[in-house]
Amino acid sequence: MEFRFTDEQLMIRDTAQQFLAEVSTSEAIRAAMASEHGYDAQLWQQICQDLVWPALHIPEQYEGMGLGYVELVAMVEQMGRYLLCSPFFATVCLGVNSLLVAGTDAQKARWLPQLAAGKTATLAWCDGRAAARGGCWDASSISATATAEGDDFILEGEYRYVVDGASADVLILAARLAGSTGSQGVSLFVVPADTVGITRELLPALDQTRRQAALRLDKVRVSADALMAQPGQAATALQTILDLATVALAAEQMGGAQQCLDMAVAYTKERSQFGRSIASFQAIKHKAADMMLRAEVARSGVYYAACVAQEALEGGPLATELAEAASIAKSYCSDAYFKNAGECLQMHGGVGFTWEYDVHLHSKRAKASEHFLGTGAYHRERLAQHLLDQEAAE
Amino acid sequence: MKLSFSPADEQFRQEVAQWLNENLRGEFEKIRFRGGPGDEHMFQHEREQWEKVLAAGGWTCVGWPKEYGGRGCSIEQQVIFFEEYARAGGPGRVGHIGEGLAGPTIIAFGTEAQKQKYLPGIVAGTDLWCQGYSEPGAGSDLANVKTKARFDSEKNKWIINGQKVWTSLAHEAHYCFVIARTDPASSGHKGLGFFLVKMDQPGVTVRPIQQITGTSEFNEVFFDDAECDANDIVGAPGEGWKVAMGLLGFERGVSTLGQQMQFQNELDDVIALARRNGAATDPVIRQRIAKAHTELKIMRYNSLRMLSGQSGSDGSLQKEALIYKLYWATWHRELGELAIDVLGAEGQILEAAPYQLSRLQSMYLFVRSDTIYGGTNQIQRNIIAERGLGMPKEPRG
Repeated sequence: MEFRFTDEQLMIRDTAQQFLAEVSTSEAIRAAMASEHGYDAQLWQQICQDLVWPALHIPEQYEGMGLGYVELVAMVEQMGRYLLCSPFFATVCLGVNSLLVAGTDAQKARWLPQLAAGKTATLAWCDGRAAARGGCWDASSISATATAEGDDFILEGEYRYVVDGASADVLILAARLAGSTGSQGVSLFVVPADTVGITRELLPALDQTRRQAALRLDKVRVSADALMAQPGQAATALQTILDLATVALAAEQMGGAQQCLDMAVAYTKERSQFGRSIASFQAIKHKAADMMLRAEVARSGVYYAACVAQEALEGGPLATELAEAASIAKSYCSDAYFKNAGECLQMHGGVGFTWEYDVHLHSKRAKASEHFLGTGAYHRERLAQHLLDQEAAE
Repeated sequence: MKLSFSPADEQFRQEVAQWLNENLRGEFEKIRFRGGPGDEHMFQHEREQWEKVLAAGGWTCVGWPKEYGGRGCSIEQQVIFFEEYARAGGPGRVGHIGEGLAGPTIIAFGTEAQKQKYLPGIVAGTDLWCQGYSEPGAGSDLANVKTKARFDSEKNKWIINGQKVWTSLAHEAHYCFVIARTDPASSGHKGLGFFLVKMDQPGVTVRPIQQITGTSEFNEVFFDDAECDANDIVGAPGEGWKVAMGLLGFERGVSTLGQQMQFQNELDDVIALARRNGAATDPVIRQRIAKAHTELKIMRYNSLRMLSGQSGSDGSLQKEALIYKLYWATWHRELGELAIDVLGAEGQILEAAPYQLSRLQSMYLFVRSDTIYGGTNQIQRNIIAERGLGMPKEPRG
């Protein structure tokens, strides 16, 4: 039992930390926010070509590095901490995971080397109903339909909250058999984003550090080789993909919660009122202590979930815990990041309210990430169903 | 990262579980799941007997070195022992203060003679200990102790005068470790001594404190010319604070996993109750139960991090260890609140007059002490901010 990073994992984390501290500065984030696709394309190419980050957990046979989810999470944590504007989350945590979980060998062989080398991807599944009743992010929020026509499928419908959906090169699309509901009749397809009939619309968002889009499919014809997993039976695979992405998002949130703490501590040590540093007041210290508690607890939850996610990918004994571990990590981290961002803003006083300081960037990212893939309350209800509604006497 | 235990450790787990299964039965059946925090006034005699059975099996002081009568278990094995003990419903240990605090302090700082004299009784489960730290004027400000120890060279003994308070199990203990001022002119951390004092003597009076639960686990202890052998001071006069605090920095929280298993037993009770009485259909209760579940799971992961990591070379705690007391105490207090709310209006009715509480009622009341003893939540936050985040100390008055 060794619940800590290996030296290699520490090196990956530290390398990511040093690189991101250098490149994802306040100025760089703001330039990315103002750019067409929301990220610096040159930096993205550097990340792909020189650092080969997107290749991290792609198996070596598909030109990846063959590392695991713990390494991925160690890196994503740093991206969340430094608010890196990039298509990494969409491409790797949604796209690569989709292919690893549901792709055919041919699809993996075709797409994974491209994603490892810098092409971008994302996953589109939910429509506007994901926002309904406090959030509905599972297969029941799919409304797009897939209808077999000869060897082809005709896809129709709409998607919303698609991360980096307007810029991704490759789309993974979830669609259902017309008339089916819930987890029934769900299929997954992987297609080039420029496939005829796909319209993409950038949605201007409160959080400018990550882009969202709406997609519309008008009689999109795809051939059978775009079909992932078994037709009509992909809901379980989709859930695994979403749970894996949820673990990664929680890691980002944890990194953000840590950064908010660090910013607040640094600022309050510097800021002097009543003739002394405001960090010496218990009113401030106790807030900071609670923030550190949240960041550390979040870290413990995320690292455990990362281990579980790794086993889910390689079929280890902890694989069955994936949904629970993802919900535990996401519910805790969603609340921890948002609370830490709010306290960070408060502890900065007036300047925390300005556009100039970076606090608002975290505060906005925190709320956006809290809602995407389900709020704390959404994941707690998912856990409650498991704890309270099953007939089973264990 | 590796989350599984080795095959040898899993075999050890079997061994522990089997021993408990074979021994925690018959006359001890009725003390399963009893006598823990908040329930420590129950079954004292049976639990004292059980402590001796445990000792005979070699299951006391499992983490102590073999040369002092311990089992010499690795960290992993200690974790496993405490987990299995709690899973089996092992009763609250009457010897825990000796095993967890007095003994390790003597091992780290005591003389060979002190080790010979005191350790065997702890290992055998026959000598029970209590901790004489807090005083009426020395709570959060523990260094403000006023109890005095004066050396009488004719008697060749230390003479102790003063009052301790919140002394758990003083009414059952054979010995008390006491911090007292050896230099009457001193103040604060300086000029203190760490004494091993026999409870059964004319100069020691124990008075129980009736608590919020109506029961008494805590006491006041009065020292009126109480005597302590010249050889029974640990460390030199003036080094008492160092000895008293010495172990805290090295504590890696091995027993915390057993404590969490007990928390899990309590949460399971609350969940079963919620399913029975329909509270499980209330959306707010559902959120609170799921939150309690989430945070208890992470508590375990946090402890695994604590156990897998290393303390700083100066013995300083890692961040995940610094937050631990604040985290579990707050969690447990919220569990108490959840329990009483799941009970609903019926939770306001007693089992019997005059003040007989059910387990969950008792837990609900008792957990209020968790965020106070051993460093209040407020003191914990100061410690976290100052040691964990390097924020400046508040100017002292």
